[in-house]
Amino acid sequence: MSNAIEMRGVEKTFGVTKVIQGVNLTVAKGERHALIGPNGAGKSTTFNLISGYMKPSAGSILLNDREISGLPPFRINRLGLSRSFQVTNVFAKMTVWENLRCAVLWATGHRYAFWKNIDNLPEVRERTAQILQDISLVSRRDVPAGLLTYAEQRALEIGITVAGGADVILLDEPTAGMSNAETERAVEQIRRLTEGRTLLIVEHDMSVVFGLADRISVLVYGEVIASGTPDEIRSSRKVREAYLGEEAA
Amino acid sequence: MLELIVISTLNGILFGMLLFLMASGLTVIFSMLGVLNFAHASFYMLGAFFGFQISKWVGFWPALIVAPLLAGGLGALVERYGLRRVHKYGHVPELLFTFGLAFAIQEIVQIIWGKSPVDFRVPAILDFPAFTVFSTNYPAFKIFMLAVSIVIFVGLLIVLKRTRIGLIVQAALTHPHMVGHLGHNVGRIFMLVFGVGTALAAVAGVIAGPALVTQSDMAGLLGPILFVVVVVGGLGSLPGAFIASLLIGLVQTFAVSMNGSLAGAFGPLGPDLASTWLSDIWNVTIAQIAPIMPYLMLVLILIFRPMGLLGTRET
Amino acid sequence: MTIAPPPPSAAERLKFYSVWIVAVAALVILPKIFSSGGSLTTFSLIGISIIFSLSYNILLGQTGMLSFGHAVYYGLGGFLAVHAINIIAKHKYAIPLPVVPLIGGIAGLVFAMLLGWVSTRRSGTAFAMISLGVAELVASSALILRSFFGGEAGISANRTKVLRLFDWSFGPQIQIYYLVAAWTLIAVIAMYALTRTPLGRMCNAVRDNPERVQFVGYDPHVIRYIAFCFSGFFAGIAGALAAINFEIANSAYLGAAQSGTVLFSTYIGGAGFFIGPIVGAIFVTALSLSLSDLTQVWQLYFGLIFIAVVMFAPGGITGLLMMHRPLIKAGTLTRVLPSYLIAFVPTLAMIVGLILTIEITVYHTVNPGDDPHIKAFGIPFDASNHGVWAIAAVLLVGGFLIARKSWALVAARWDDALTEARAKGVAA
Repeated sequence: MSNAIEMRGVEKTFGVTKVIQGVNLTVAKGERHALIGPNGAGKSTTFNLISGYMKPSAGSILLNDREISGLPPFRINRLGLSRSFQVTNVFAKMTVWENLRCAVLWATGHRYAFWKNIDNLPEVRERTAQILQDISLVSRRDVPAGLLTYAEQRALEIGITVAGGADVILLDEPTAGMSNAETERAVEQIRRLTEGRTLLIVEHDMSVVFGLADRISVLVYGEVIASGTPDEIRSSRKVREAYLGEEAA
Repeated sequence: MLELIVISTLNGILFGMLLFLMASGLTVIFSMLGVLNFAHASFYMLGAFFGFQISKWVGFWPALIVAPLLAGGLGALVERYGLRRVHKYGHVPELLFTFGLAFAIQEIVQIIWGKSPVDFRVPAILDFPAFTVFSTNYPAFKIFMLAVSIVIFVGLLIVLKRTRIGLIVQAALTHPHMVGHLGHNVGRIFMLVFGVGTALAAVAGVIAGPALVTQSDMAGLLGPILFVVVVVGGLGSLPGAFIASLLIGLVQTFAVSMNGSLAGAFGPLGPDLASTWLSDIWNVTIAQIAPIMPYLMLVLILIFRPMGLLGTRET
Repeated sequence: MTIAPPPPSAAERLKFYSVWIVAVAALVILPKIFSSGGSLTTFSLIGISIIFSLSYNILLGQTGMLSFGHAVYYGLGGFLAVHAINIIAKHKYAIPLPVVPLIGGIAGLVFAMLLGWVSTRRSGTAFAMISLGVAELVASSALILRSFFGGEAGISANRTKVLRLFDWSFGPQIQIYYLVAAWTLIAVIAMYALTRTPLGRMCNAVRDNPERVQFVGYDPHVIRYIAFCFSGFFAGIAGALAAINFEIANSAYLGAAQSGTVLFSTYIGGAGFFIGPIVGAIFVTALSLSLSDLTQVWQLYFGLIFIAVVMFAPGGITGLLMMHRPLIKAGTLTRVLPSYLIAFVPTLAMIVGLILTIEITVYHTVNPGDDPHIKAFGIPFDASNHGVWAIAAVLLVGGFLIARKSWALVAARWDDALTEARAKGVAA
């Protein structure tokens, strides 16, 4: 029982196009694993397949040794996997506090309760306050999420993803569109928030990847062409070819 | 018996084609503009009433051309000055706008033409029996209706598959956003599509008007069935709308002519059950439940295949 | 700043509870001021409409579900209430009339539970169409199941034949008013409380972003279903009260017109705030009762008002008013007010022109043989006078053109006021 995520021979076809062509991927428990690759390689599709947003056309996906391919997203989430989105996907009309609170409700066991006053649940309050502090948005607590700055929204996005206490976290390009300073802060935040959890992150920013990841997998044209430690990947000829073309490699 | 089947099949296909004339416009408008035009059946009604009025003044044949153009022009204006404004508020306000429009059109038609049916007559030149099936005369006007529907249907097919604008519309059916990115004047295309879609509904109205009743509640009666057609066929699918239109047209036409009931098949219930709801169900004939058959189909599709027969798009 | 939002201060709590106390006081005092039978009936109808509209907003405003068939649960509540009254009276059960709305509510709940799972499978436009189809199914079935629905005539009941409570027979309208007022208060409190629960919050989340809701562990279908059931419950209560008030339930209760009316009320009042449907219910009920006396085609005016709200004020009356909150907070409202006054004049002219045009057209198409000296909205004029036609045209067209310019001015002033408010730190 040492693998958080395992993908075996996963394929995904849209119409006649095979976008994911037999992906084998293993992410060990507690590992920080980065998924990199050129544009159009299928990284977001892979995320969508793992998190249940799409069904694989073939192959199997295991979460903590349990088959999850074909399950709806909310079931996979309840089994302990949570994901963030590349395009910020928050509850725009609710305040930052209320956004985080939504993410905490299921995990604290309140489910569909219609007989409890939500302002009177101490555990919900405490956990929401904790996350709010962790993502450093305390001063923006009562601002509607739609009015936050871009970087604040990305922070909120990550906050919602980890608030439920899932132990497998998928982050989809969390630092996209950020300045260098913002990226550094974000990486620090991610490192703190995913302490002790398994992290699978899609990233384009190589400094983030090499600074954060324990292991890296490279996805090209829907296939994993290399998987290993940062050093192994850095020195891999196949990877250089994929990114820079044959001659440069 | 055979005579009944033949007549019902003809009528069923006719009704189905009429439904498709409307459902096709509705589907294309939905796919391109993302809004389900609640007022679509209202344009059908406008076509019938414009057709009636123009027939009275000038004659049926000019009406056949002018009424759809008028209605389609109105549709284009509605898109340009009404719908487009509301577009930025989201899908719910768009749907509500068309809902309010349907309501207002019905009221205006009632004001101008009254609440009773108007005397929209079949043009004399077509008012004869085309052929006789066993002992029933089948009116030539209905054959004319069928012919017009098929011609338009074929024309639509040609435009969609063989012309450039048709290619754009096909693309927009599944990827409306890309159409704008490719440099086409999206606003003008939307106006065109809305105008043509509503004009198609109006054509259905002009040709159906003399055969069916032309009355201010036409839109209210046909509207819900139209939406059942597109949901059953699958929102956004033209072939689905075609199959669903024929299916509902045939089912409803056949049902209306069947007088079977549970009582007829199994004999009457005992007298102590005479005034209960069970007795109501036992004694109702298939013809009496014909009007609700489309809605039963809707519920069945929702239970067994919620995306519709050939549905591709989630909303 | 402490991390979690602080509990409400004593002042805030006082403000909150005093609103409710004032509401209760108003309900008690109202019939003493306006004690005519007509007024009491109007108040009763408004109360029923408030419950119905609030129940509709559980779907529309809170969970983002647009239904065109909500009258089904209202109507079924009404029919069950009428049957219940007849059965209670016949067997002399010890059930007093005030309990009957609960029976209606349970009827609404049961049918919502039956039809709801399938209805809520899809969302958005598909859900709207499905609600329409299901409503047509039920409304059409009403004419087939004659023993339950009574055919075209409906089923009637005598509400005074039920067990008396405190010697009240519930015959006089004043007693019906208090019954409706009490149930309205209970329903409003209950539905407000619902918005403050985990379910209520997640309904809002489903409205805003159903995709994200899945990724925080919730099944949007279940949330929609539960919201649907609650909505049906309260609609059933409203329907039962209506049946008690009119002592009859017929297929019109279930029909498209009834579904349309509640949609109008809720949307015109404003779906984005809890109090919106209350405002809308009062506005629409009062307006429909008074408009029908003033003009023949009041329904057309209603449709036009609805379209205008959808096009220009999608937040409804409440939305429009609440829009001014940041300005009031920052003290910049005074910048905009004068421009409102300037815009008011041409807009009024345009509306008068429109009314004249409509009424003249109505005269010519509906009653062309009658005396052309008609009254519209209490103002007499000659509908066949060409001069009047000219005035109507000028008011309409001229008013429209000038109004357009003046509203551009309002927009500019709003811009200034909003910018100033933001500079003062008010979030908007």
